[in-house]
Amino acid sequence: MNLFGLFSRNQSAPAARERLQVLLAHERASAGASDLLAKLRDEILRVISKHMQIDQDKVSVRMDRGEQVSTLAVDVEIPFNPAKPTTSRKKAA
Amino acid sequence: MGKVIVVTSGKGGVGKTTSTAALGAALAQSGEKVVVVDFDVGLRNLDLVMGAERRVVYDFVNVIQGEAKLPQALIRDKRLETLYLLPASQTRDKDNLTPEGVEKVIAALKRAFDWVICDSPAGIERGATLAMRHADVAIVVTNPEVSSVRDSDRIIGLLDSKTLKAESGERMEKHLLLTRYDPSRADRGDMLKVDDVLEILSIPLLGIIPESMDVLRASNLGSPVTLADERSAPARAYFDAVRRLKGEALPVAIPGERRGFFGKIFGRKAA
Repeated sequence: MNLFGLFSRNQSAPAARERLQVLLAHERASAGASDLLAKLRDEILRVISKHMQIDQDKVSVRMDRGEQVSTLAVDVEIPFNPAKPTTSRKKAA
Repeated sequence: MGKVIVVTSGKGGVGKTTSTAALGAALAQSGEKVVVVDFDVGLRNLDLVMGAERRVVYDFVNVIQGEAKLPQALIRDKRLETLYLLPASQTRDKDNLTPEGVEKVIAALKRAFDWVICDSPAGIERGATLAMRHADVAIVVTNPEVSSVRDSDRIIGLLDSKTLKAESGERMEKHLLLTRYDPSRADRGDMLKVDDVLEILSIPLLGIIPESMDVLRASNLGSPVTLADERSAPARAYFDAVRRLKGEALPVAIPGERRGFFGKIFGRKAA
């Protein structure tokens, strides 16, 4: 490579740096969000299960991030007879 | 009580095993009592890089399963009296590394050695998380290359969440070891510069190991590079890294930055 080539050739490192910065900003944010979702899921489950019996596996919590608005969707499948048999539970305990 | 260090990276092939051997030997060369521990069950290589592959009788898994006592599995280095190796198992499954077993072995090693250096397997699965679990200090080995930097970022996230230190609310001490750095390529703008990587990962720099034939030559011979050729550029970089690890405030010289105008013009063709 000659001296002129040094100036005319496109450097690739700045592109690498920029792509990494954008990607990692995104990945770090989504890693934090999945933590938040897990926390939300746990707390929502705890509140609902105070009042009715639900199957832990039949709950989905989803978050969509938009530019203006983000939405949180919680889907809970409620069994046929959801009322919690509080008296029998007390006996069992 | 000794200090437990994990050498980790996420990505494979960046120089974890080479660096574990070199740092372990350099610490032992300065008179410290050191054990290097291979966590890569099924794909062990630290024994080979250390030149002890024909002396492995018992391994880490044998100790965990109670088939051997810890002192029987430890291999003392032939060149350095204070350097020991605990090899991984080559034939067993990595599920044989149980959290309780690892905890016991690490606790015993901490009592007997000044430094316990854990060579992590690549990836973010069980082997890697077990290797980092008990660490006091983490050395994140990174190449100046996009996939390595991304994986290091991920590993830093795990170090801050999945280790005992992190879980007990303490700050995990993390250091960056930049390996396979080629100053002429960085100069040309075709390799991420030291500052780029530092800015992206934002952990302190432990050292820069230049890309060098000496590293390959040392592993061919089964010798840590700090023993194979003490005066080679990578060996000097590892010795400096060890001084920093021991707490010395030694500034990091960036390879190639002292070259003058003519050095830059004529040095380019080298790579």
